Amino acid sequence: MYEFKYHRATSARQAANLLVKADDAKLLAGGHTLLPTMKQRLASPANIIDLGKVAELKGIEIKGKTIVIGAMTTHAEVANSAAVQAHLPGLAALAEGIGDPQVRHKGTIGGSVANNDPSADYPAGLVALGATIVTNKRKIAADDFFQGMFATALGEGEMIVKIIFPIASRFAYAKFPNPASRYALVGVAVARKGASVRVAVTGAGENGVFRWADAEKALGAKFSAKSVEALKASAKGLNGDMHASADYRAHLIGVMAKRAVMAATAK
Amino acid sequence: MAKKPVTFTLNGSDRAAFAEEGLNLLEFLRRGIGDLSPKYGCGQGACGACTVIIDGETHLACLTMADAVHGRKVETASGLANGKVHPLQEAFMEYFAAQCGYCTPGMLMSAKVLLDRNPSPTRADVIEAISGNLCRCTGYEPIIDAILATANMRARA
Repeated sequence: MYEFKYHRATSARQAANLLVKADDAKLLAGGHTLLPTMKQRLASPANIIDLGKVAELKGIEIKGKTIVIGAMTTHAEVANSAAVQAHLPGLAALAEGIGDPQVRHKGTIGGSVANNDPSADYPAGLVALGATIVTNKRKIAADDFFQGMFATALGEGEMIVKIIFPIASRFAYAKFPNPASRYALVGVAVARKGASVRVAVTGAGENGVFRWADAEKALGAKFSAKSVEALKASAKGLNGDMHASADYRAHLIGVMAKRAVMAATAK
Repeated sequence: MAKKPVTFTLNGSDRAAFAEEGLNLLEFLRRGIGDLSPKYGCGQGACGACTVIIDGETHLACLTMADAVHGRKVETASGLANGKVHPLQEAFMEYFAAQCGYCTPGMLMSAKVLLDRNPSPTRADVIEAISGNLCRCTGYEPIIDAILATANMRARA
């Protein structure tokens, strides 16, 4: 690890100010991506702004027909939240499936979303649910936020404050995890709200999370596992690597979509 | 870098020491405090050898800032034995759940949190609980058996 200057932020405003003022600064959320990256010398920010003790960025609340989750809320907190379990159980299950216990106790929703790892679970959940990412400057729709591998709409000095999830009547996420890392080889999130059905795929696309239009159309006509059975996802633009070829990932998209619909319609 | 005082509870005793800003908890515990039970494995959050318990949750000390534990309760494997070895330690010995032993303190921490929360775990619960701890010797089976045996023993006691 290269040397860096460490700042312990005490408020969101102070952190945002530091982010603009300090040279080559990075925000530290749970630290389970940034710190290993720094230790591997793949990143060498001059200034680290630790958000770990910024209480106002933490917490989960129901607001009208939405669930609002603070950026520094850990995966374990989302998974164990009675409010999330009651109103959006599929999101609690998604968080429960991230990494391992140590990762879930430290990793945060804001950190995961800002990092936009192409195999991360949350991006699929946010896109399927049509979530809104609230930063210190503006609100960004999930559809516009994720812009390819590790790329987001976040600009200079911009910081995620919270994420607003509309409560869908049906929502579930199914993934085929890499058994070692637990990252999604393919993960599919399915959400139904009124007449609208959205299907988002993570882990598979060369450019990160994407929506699967054919499945949305088929499930919009009839929201049942049978509707996706006949579909075949295209392998075009999908990742192929030592873990799974593009063709295999295309196949898994169909399987995971079906499992997600089955989970979403289970009760 | 500036040094900051960190006061916290380690295995039930109050402790205070200075930590350089940006120092990680693993270095702080090993060099600053002298508790050598959390191990330095990969140093990058992949192996779980440095797992400690903070306020009842397992955390990787190598990816935790030292001053994050200010005012909090930290438990390590060195605090498990209390006059006599902890039932988990006894079961690990009985079931040959350690070979080189390097992963053992982290495994014990993950196992302790599991059993504290869920006294009668299934095999699948145990596998999930230690999924963040790598062992390159045992093949995991003896470790899983030892944790289940501890739960069974407690249920009978």
